[in-house]
Amino acid sequence: MFDLDLWREIFQSMNKNRTRSILAGFTVAFAILLFTILFGIANGLNNTFKEAFVDDAINSIFIRSGTTSKASKGMQAGRRIRFENKDYAYVKEEFGDGIEYMTARIYLNVAASFRNETNNYSVRAVHPDHKYLENTIMKEGRYINQNDLKNKTKVAVIGRLVEEDLYLTTKAYGKYINLNGIQYKIVGVFTDDGGDNEERLIYIPVTTSQLLYGNNDYIDQINLTYQPDMNFNEAIDFGNSIEKNLKERFLVDKSDQRAIRVQNMAEANKNVTQFQTVMAIIIFIIGLGTLIAGIVGISNIMIFIVKERTKEIGIRKALGASPRAIVSIILLEAIIITTITGYLGLVIGVGVLEWATPVLEENFITNPGIKTSLVISATITLIAAGTLAGYLPAKKASKIKPIVALRND
Amino acid sequence: MLKISNLHKSYPIGDSSLHVLKGIDFEVNNGEMVAIMGSSGSGKSTLLNIIGILDEYDSGEYTLDGVAIKDLSEKKAAVYRNKFLGFIFQSFNLINYKNALENVALPLYYQGLKRKDRQEKAKFHLEKVGLLDWAHHLPSELSGGQKQRVAIARALAANPKLLMADEPTGALDTTTSYEIMEFLQQLNDEGKTILIVTHEEDIAAMCKRVIRLRDGVIMEDKIVEQVRAATAHV
Repeated sequence: MFDLDLWREIFQSMNKNRTRSILAGFTVAFAILLFTILFGIANGLNNTFKEAFVDDAINSIFIRSGTTSKASKGMQAGRRIRFENKDYAYVKEEFGDGIEYMTARIYLNVAASFRNETNNYSVRAVHPDHKYLENTIMKEGRYINQNDLKNKTKVAVIGRLVEEDLYLTTKAYGKYINLNGIQYKIVGVFTDDGGDNEERLIYIPVTTSQLLYGNNDYIDQINLTYQPDMNFNEAIDFGNSIEKNLKERFLVDKSDQRAIRVQNMAEANKNVTQFQTVMAIIIFIIGLGTLIAGIVGISNIMIFIVKERTKEIGIRKALGASPRAIVSIILLEAIIITTITGYLGLVIGVGVLEWATPVLEENFITNPGIKTSLVISATITLIAAGTLAGYLPAKKASKIKPIVALRND
Repeated sequence: MLKISNLHKSYPIGDSSLHVLKGIDFEVNNGEMVAIMGSSGSGKSTLLNIIGILDEYDSGEYTLDGVAIKDLSEKKAAVYRNKFLGFIFQSFNLINYKNALENVALPLYYQGLKRKDRQEKAKFHLEKVGLLDWAHHLPSELSGGQKQRVAIARALAANPKLLMADEPTGALDTTTSYEIMEFLQQLNDEGKTILIVTHEEDIAAMCKRVIRLRDGVIMEDKIVEQVRAATAHV
């Protein structure tokens, strides 16, 4: 199948008609270049919005308590509401079907030390599910587990920066950490995409905290994620019914905004998702527009090339070239030019994006980039379009009578 | 070698049609050197195109080397053109981005010869027209006479049965024209059958037979005393 002579013919034709080849190639390269850059920037903008939520699970609901702002059921305003383990159990019992992961949170501030290094950190006493809510990534060891809860073990999972601060160059995993005078064994070290503050946290079991710091049943916050198969409206309703039930349970006025606060990510996510849909449409239109411009460009050039080569085609036919030979020489040339320059446009486009990333990231465009598969399919589309655009006039040219082509001076 | 009988051809012009060839009959035998003459509009170019399988005819018969040329597919026509015919044009029709050697080798490429064989044959024919030293020059670097000699070498390369020349000297000055004719006569002496369309009497006189066309019919078909180009004075 591989016909060396045919390729020799084509490369000679390309080489000897450089202006023509460069012009055709430039169109394709430029279209792919624009496609890559525009798409990359649009993606970057999208990433910026995604990143705002990447830290926590996007289907989270946070439930916090405060003081009542309204009198209700014979009780004065200003009553402090505090969740306890039984409230946690109640939510779990009542709404379990809609819950994916669930955890309580108790906030503590501690002075943590290891040997001579001491520093102040936030401690969160949590359930094992907390890991999924916070998208915590284990670097070493494990997270808090059920056993810890049951046995109220003195174990801690520390952030990467805590390890860096206190253990310097040594490994923290397996060593002990002193939290306000109590020794905890470090069973895990984690990282988190949410930034430095998230990596300066220490997690301990919720039951341990309740036992050691006050010996009570209080919890500061209940966090959960709703089942991911809920759509936004279902999720918003779910959050609202939790809020309503808890308000009734604590005898809080329905319109009290402070006593029980339910923060539902579904509400924010709904807006972000709508924004992303609009972005996706814009990206699609940009991509399609650029591709169409490229297709029109390459089509015009192919028509021009065939027109310019009419006489040559006539000569070749008079010398015994079959219609197929004529079509293949023109088409293969088109394919080679579009492939090479399409690839060139791709490389330059990706290069420009890389190079411009620092500048773009200062302007709220995060990690601008484009999937290789996407840009390759765009290039293939353009090659296919160039081929088709070349095929029709080439086919026509292969059919014209040589005598007509030869008269074309 | 070539037999044409009762050949008709007309071109549609709007609603009516223009009857260009109105029953042409003639035969060409091997080794002949025939001039086809006629004023413009006489149908001589149309006749040449039909003989060259560059154009189709409406009715009549045309056989070339025993093969009936009628209703050929494009592919078949291409094969016959390549196998039977060598073309020489008034405007040379060399491919401008190919050098002399590559131009001569082109019909051999379409014959499917190997690159090495093509090069060898093309060199042989270039040497025959005395342009081996110019093998690697582009057409734009050659004079008119040299271009036509490259075109002749190209027409000869595929070793055709019939050499067809359409006003081969039309774009050349008289001295160069006679040089070209001298070369064509030499080829004819070696046995090549040659058909030349011309409107120049002195060129026609250098052939062995002259066919005159007028208004689509043959007016005159006679054997002439060949004037040798080498002895003709400018």
